[in-house]
Amino acid sequence: MRFEIRAGDIEYGGSASAHIKAQLTQMGIDAAVARRAGIISFEGEMNLIVYSDNGGIVEVLVEPETIMIEVQDEGPGIEDVELAMTPGYSTAPAWATDLGFGAGMGLINMRKNADRFEIDSRLGEGTRIRCWIDRPVDTGSGEQEAS
Amino acid sequence: MRLADLVNAIGGRIISGDDCPDLEIDRAFAADLLSDVLALTDEKTTLVTGMINPQVMRVAEILSITAVIFVRGKIPPPALVSYAKELDIPLVTTEKTMFETCGVMYENGVRACRTRSMDDAQRSA
Repeated sequence: MRFEIRAGDIEYGGSASAHIKAQLTQMGIDAAVARRAGIISFEGEMNLIVYSDNGGIVEVLVEPETIMIEVQDEGPGIEDVELAMTPGYSTAPAWATDLGFGAGMGLINMRKNADRFEIDSRLGEGTRIRCWIDRPVDTGSGEQEAS
Repeated sequence: MRLADLVNAIGGRIISGDDCPDLEIDRAFAADLLSDVLALTDEKTTLVTGMINPQVMRVAEILSITAVIFVRGKIPPPALVSYAKELDIPLVTTEKTMFETCGVMYENGVRACRTRSMDDAQRSA
């Protein structure tokens, strides 16, 4: 599943992630895993809407053992990733906080919900975040195709 | 407590979902900050909020929220209501404040949903 997210498009903010969660649930993915994937994707999607220059991509890859969520943009990049990962640290504009977002918990929440988390950000180039969630073994459901 | 009893207790009104009066409401989380709802709730829960933007329902969908109680007299826009109908998530509105609403719910046996603590969030950071 691949979604293009437009910068500033708050009206539809979160709709790609709601779709991702619904789709994963429909595929028979474990409910807890689908929920975590939805949360990670939602945080990433909101980040693209609030912070990116020109929007970006949210992509979900379903594999037999893991689900990978990749969130990517082409700028502006994060100046200090460690600082951005500090709980409560936020550079969100007022319009985002007015809507209940930009509390400085997004990246942390992505990391918390992932079994593996990678962030690569370069100022002026962009940011790529990849999160992997391990799927429980022996669920019995046979849905394994990538999408 | 039953959804119908909750609506009575808080002097509220069902906006959508009047077909499930017996829905059991036993856990709740109350916040306007949707970031916190996303970051802290750790199980299925009823959401008590004063936010009526479309993201409320998207967060509700992703977190499998049981029902949403809008406080301080907030009435969600029609688009949000029809989305909630599609998702089968009941919506209730009340004139009461968040504090009063939570107090009444607590008095009737509703308890805080399991949360991930902020300490955990900080440790992992």
